[in-house]
Amino acid sequence: MKTAKTATQNACKLCNPLGACLAFRGIEECVPFLHGSQGCATYIRRYLISHFKEPVDIASSNFNEDTAVFGGSHNLKLGLKNVTQQYRPKVIGLATTCLSETIGDDVDMILKEYVRLFDEGEPLPNGKPLPIMIHASTPSYQGSHIDGFHAALRATVEKLAENGAKKNLLNLFPNMVSPADMRYLKEVLKDFSVPYVLLPDYSETLDGGPWAEYHRIPRGGTPVNAIRETGMAAGSIEFASTLAADKSPAHHLEENFGVPRYTMAMPIGIQQSDAFFGLLEKLSETPLPEKYGDERRRLVDAYADGHKYIFGKTAIVYGEEDLVIAMTAFLAEIGITPVLCASGGKSGQLRKRLLELVPDIEEKGGKIRDGVDFVDIEDEAKALNPDLLIGNSKGYTLSRKNNIPFIRIGFPIHDRFGGQRLHHLGYRGTQELFDRIVNTVIEQRQSSSPVGYTYM
Amino acid sequence: MEKIGILEGRQKQIYEKKEDEAAFDIKCETTSLSGSVSQRACVFCGSRVVLYPVADALHVVHGPIGCAAYTWDIRGAVSSGPELHRLSFSTDLREMDVIYGGEKKLHRSLVELIDDYRPKAAFIYSTCIIGLIGDDIDAVCRKVSQEKGIPVLPVHSEGFKGTKKDGYRAACDALMKLVGKGSTEGIGKYSINILGEFNLAGEAWIIKNYYEEMGIEVVSTMTGDGRVGDIRRSHGASLNIVQCSGSMVKLAKMMEEKYGIPYLRVSYFGIEDMSKALYDVAKHFSDNPAIMEAAKALVSREVGELYPQLREFRNELEGKKAAIYVGGAFKAFSLIKALRSVGMNVVLAGSQTGNKDDYSGLKEMCDEGTVIVDDSNPVELSKFILEKEADLLIGGVKERPIAYKLGVAFCDHNHERKIPLAGFEGMYNFIREVYSSVMSPVWRFAPRKGGLSS
Repeated sequence: MKTAKTATQNACKLCNPLGACLAFRGIEECVPFLHGSQGCATYIRRYLISHFKEPVDIASSNFNEDTAVFGGSHNLKLGLKNVTQQYRPKVIGLATTCLSETIGDDVDMILKEYVRLFDEGEPLPNGKPLPIMIHASTPSYQGSHIDGFHAALRATVEKLAENGAKKNLLNLFPNMVSPADMRYLKEVLKDFSVPYVLLPDYSETLDGGPWAEYHRIPRGGTPVNAIRETGMAAGSIEFASTLAADKSPAHHLEENFGVPRYTMAMPIGIQQSDAFFGLLEKLSETPLPEKYGDERRRLVDAYADGHKYIFGKTAIVYGEEDLVIAMTAFLAEIGITPVLCASGGKSGQLRKRLLELVPDIEEKGGKIRDGVDFVDIEDEAKALNPDLLIGNSKGYTLSRKNNIPFIRIGFPIHDRFGGQRLHHLGYRGTQELFDRIVNTVIEQRQSSSPVGYTYM
Repeated sequence: MEKIGILEGRQKQIYEKKEDEAAFDIKCETTSLSGSVSQRACVFCGSRVVLYPVADALHVVHGPIGCAAYTWDIRGAVSSGPELHRLSFSTDLREMDVIYGGEKKLHRSLVELIDDYRPKAAFIYSTCIIGLIGDDIDAVCRKVSQEKGIPVLPVHSEGFKGTKKDGYRAACDALMKLVGKGSTEGIGKYSINILGEFNLAGEAWIIKNYYEEMGIEVVSTMTGDGRVGDIRRSHGASLNIVQCSGSMVKLAKMMEEKYGIPYLRVSYFGIEDMSKALYDVAKHFSDNPAIMEAAKALVSREVGELYPQLREFRNELEGKKAAIYVGGAFKAFSLIKALRSVGMNVVLAGSQTGNKDDYSGLKEMCDEGTVIVDDSNPVELSKFILEKEADLLIGGVKERPIAYKLGVAFCDHNHERKIPLAGFEGMYNFIREVYSSVMSPVWRFAPRKGGLSS
């Protein structure tokens, strides 16, 4: 076992601005913009493109030495102008970096000065009204990518949500899920006949079709007008377990516009999905559409058909805290023993929230660890010798070295095709996960068997 | 379709070759325009890519987590032995470290990591905020070096302090601190170092084998399957061979100045340039005609094998149009020649970090109507691909989705490649890569190629 632990080795997290860029990508006609070095934008683009296989344009204010000394005001204003001219966006999603935060740029003030330029007669960069500028503070030395994701959304509703007569409208904050999950959620809400605002919605912007002509900004995303109406909604559902109230967009809507907030774990597994569909039935006053009843019945049937292959298997699950919590609940539900639930994030809430969903996890030998890296996870894996490793593709090396069958979920998936189309949520997502887990166990059994059975 | 314009601040970085155009004065070697969505990264990236393949060294990124996370095992630079370079180490600075300074954390991290991983040297990369919070990483490196008895080398790569090219320089400075520290005993007269070859998919091995077949000793491949020990004795070589001119010419120049080792600039891409890279070295060692004999035999054997294979590709690829956007402009020259050898024309040639000489060279080489661009961006690249009706884009990960969205073939000629594209066998692979994208039947479904648009 390695003893060195001061440094982070093979990080199991990414930096704050990445999450913000991803969330901003889910707003219609929005260009994410990082206030910092050119490298931040480029590295994050590369990282996102490798997963989504889609263009991800992120602008940068491109600091140089003068900027660092004299402040980023000039570069930021120039950058905003250029982005407006080149992309014609409706929204610019501005996120800060360690650099701009450390030099202490007052971004809100710079934005005010920028707007004033045009009030005072400077011609508008695109001849049209200025884009809406949303500013999220996301220094990389705080939190991790998931914090940036929520920070961008919180800043978005703070900027855009409006008061007004209550509408038959439901807000859904789905957390950092796949485009496929988002499409599923939209289908569900439509089938319940509930008008909704899904925020963010990168189901199309990050998993769209080919282009007949050039698109400056890919089609799709949550429209600005819809986000304005989130303040008039009848309720907000947020899939979040460890998100602090003061960082939650749904909480902002509750505090300022009296929109009731329903917080629940990500709906993975039957119990969590039941909770989600039950809540939808209640809020929409619509019974569960037959289609989802069918999905649930098929899933229960599949659990019965597949239970023996996986019963008592042990698993390590890692990733963002909320994903780990929901996955752990699902694994416990199907008879797999999670022996390590690990996250690179460190909200301080992981253990507490996990125990709420799976109270006996520690009694059954499950360890819960936050703030870990992949070397920590590997050290644990050597001692725990699990049957399965479940998490994003960055665990591949560890799975290969230690010969642990590996199931890829979440983000990023850099070493397989189609990560953006994986389902995780609801009965359908659970079905897909269940099938993949059972098949991984069967495959392992088959390939290590001297007989080579051709049936299960 | 609406016409896509060029930003005012970018117009001088773009040139379209026209007849009787008098002055050629492309603007380059400048920082990227704010808000232009440059494809470039930063100073840190420049240092990290150059030093990355030194496989028995520890690479520690001093700063918040992102810089280390995004560069963890992202290059196809392979090693024949140790693989320390494929791990990611970061001091993962948090808010309190930013307030109180990160020196202690860096020191503790280094001591622990060196004890655990026993590297032959350590490179410490400073990121954006290190300069701002005032950490003296030189002092920490000196201290750890004394305590642990290995070279611990600071790499001054604060992201905002220049461009990627400044990062190359910082990397060369760090390497130069290793050069000259080892014994040169046993190194013969006909010996070289290979610089600027990163052993992507084993390319350095291909090149090394060629030279060894010619009777030449390769002392160090420096930054491709690199070893600290080899770099330390690399000043014993008679000649430096530099590929990827942007990144490593600085080191070659420093070695020339300090140790009197001359250098040659070469490229290993395409038949013409690969052959030249071998012949030029043979010419340098003209007092030993056996070397030239061996080079001729090697080239004739390889080319003899390759030509018939390429001819078949040529039948299909002839007349197709290619757009090239790469990191260093030097590579663009070789790619243009390589594409021409199968009858393809280049309609766009651009790079992130080319200099004036590179671009005027490109201008000479290109046909009329070719666009030459410095430090471009997705909007511009899309514009030129559409306007010039390119059939193929050559670039890296960030360029790939631009091509595919528009129904254009793509060839990855960047750090992530898993198939060797250098050398004679690399030339075959390259053309096969191009062929397998250009000729794919899937494009018939792309809206721009006649497929349904919705």
